Amino acid sequence: MLACCVIFVAVVPLLPLGLVLAERKVSAHIQDRVGPMRVGPHGILQTLADGVKLIFKEDHIPREGDKFLFVVSPYIIFACSFAVFAAIPFGRSILVSELNIGIFYIMAISSVIVMGVIMAGWASNSKWSLLGAMRSAAQIVSYEIPIGLGILSVVMLAQTLNMQEIVKGQDGIANWLIFRTPFTFIAFFVFFISSIAEVNRTPFDLPEAESELVAGFHTEYSGMRFALFFIAEYANMFAVSAIASTLFLGGWHGIVTRRAITLGGLLGVVIKTLFLVFVMMWIRWTLPRLRVDQLMNLCWKYFIPISFFNILGVGIWGLIFPKDSRLSIIISIAAIILGLIFTFGVLGKSLSKGPKPPPSSAERRVSATT
Amino acid sequence: MIIQTIMFYVLAVGTVGAGVMVIASRNPVHSVLFLILAFFNSAGLFVMMGAEFLAMILIIVYVGAVAVLFLFVVMMLDINFAELRAGFLQYLPIGGVIGIILLAELVMVFASGAIEIEVPTNVASPTPPPDEVTNTQALGDVLYTRYAYLFQGAGFILLIAMVGAIVLTHRRRTDVRRQRIADQVARDPKAAVRLTDIEPGAEGTWKSD
Repeated sequence: MLACCVIFVAVVPLLPLGLVLAERKVSAHIQDRVGPMRVGPHGILQTLADGVKLIFKEDHIPREGDKFLFVVSPYIIFACSFAVFAAIPFGRSILVSELNIGIFYIMAISSVIVMGVIMAGWASNSKWSLLGAMRSAAQIVSYEIPIGLGILSVVMLAQTLNMQEIVKGQDGIANWLIFRTPFTFIAFFVFFISSIAEVNRTPFDLPEAESELVAGFHTEYSGMRFALFFIAEYANMFAVSAIASTLFLGGWHGIVTRRAITLGGLLGVVIKTLFLVFVMMWIRWTLPRLRVDQLMNLCWKYFIPISFFNILGVGIWGLIFPKDSRLSIIISIAAIILGLIFTFGVLGKSLSKGPKPPPSSAERRVSATT
Repeated sequence: MIIQTIMFYVLAVGTVGAGVMVIASRNPVHSVLFLILAFFNSAGLFVMMGAEFLAMILIIVYVGAVAVLFLFVVMMLDINFAELRAGFLQYLPIGGVIGIILLAELVMVFASGAIEIEVPTNVASPTPPPDEVTNTQALGDVLYTRYAYLFQGAGFILLIAMVGAIVLTHRRRTDVRRQRIADQVARDPKAAVRLTDIEPGAEGTWKSD
């Protein structure tokens, strides 16, 4: 375990550096350009150059602000974003600590990130930072509820809060918790989208968007302090994708049952997590931003009722099929496929007809003159 | 054993110190942050006692929700720090007397033996011993079976509180146009967009039809 600790402390902080570069390359290719190409072969060392630049920037602390809180809040966000990695199992024996309340610990630590955000906004002594911090905190706290409810539906099936035990029950792709009931299928998407909102990524990045509130709660931060926020955001992204892949996509188990798992499962987790991170980046550069009332609307009026419905469904499923057997998994996968066909085929066709055609010019002229 | 003693003292001193700083700090935002520190130390004490579920719930609910609420309110208030702190010396004697009375009551209750600190071994406990099942499972076994109705009742009370708060503060705005997202998403591109060819340099107005 100590060896795992050392390896984690050494390797995990390097992950966000790679992810920053990946984001720039992915965004570039989505926007039909190539991204950073000068530093190192194909621009691989760009993050290093960015880090050196940020170290040399002037460290400006707002004069009237709260100096202690200003300094401490990046540390809190950074520490909590990385503390989450302690409970995620990256392999059969590659995990820092096997907590029997693993997933709860993760939820608790991610709740502390809100504290850091609010402290950063307050200590900057700027209207825009405070407003951005409040918006961000409200968003994070709101979207924690669908996340918690999605975790609840998984925990109801796995009967344990221990992350390692949850993964051990997902041997092979048919046993992945995402396919176990049709309700966890829905819960995965609700969980994933809420996680995107939780880490303040587009389309939920109103608090830190460039055209809104300058940069939200990290407006007044420059240099290495800003770098801490930046790294913490990417680490948070990776952590949240790792949690989603552990809970729903089978973690370190492979696709085939009881198959020899490469590198103790590390490769499986990393591939699934990086795929989800790529989906997050893809969504960022494809979809427009949501307004703050739209994203609150989405959370409270759509995701939370859907999550409650999921929990109800998982509970009823657990009553009908007390033990997961081949029959229950086959029925669930059939229900998922039917649900997808219904949603995209039938509903999609009827929705694309549109409400009604716009009024013709004659009617418009009449209505304008009366 | 020695590590546990050291950790206990660190956490206990932290809790008490943070609690004292809550009332002694000049800045209300600092007070709330010291309260959060007190919550964290208490969670650590809970973990040391073997109630890890309670510790995590403490952090999720208190730090993640209640303290955030406190911070929202405190940060949005217009506070005059000097005015708040005035009159401290005037109220110190009365406050001190009340504090001493409460302390004396606590000490009397604990010293008289009316409260048993040790769990009596001959009383049948409703939960299985902690080394057989996890904390969470033990709580769940009791809370959702024997006390299920009370649990639902507590949920109801919280729901009423939430609905009450919304009813009391909700204003219907008349000057805001609401969007119907389903209508917006279902718009047919053929009806919404029209492509027209305009010759460069052509005279005339943009025909609206």
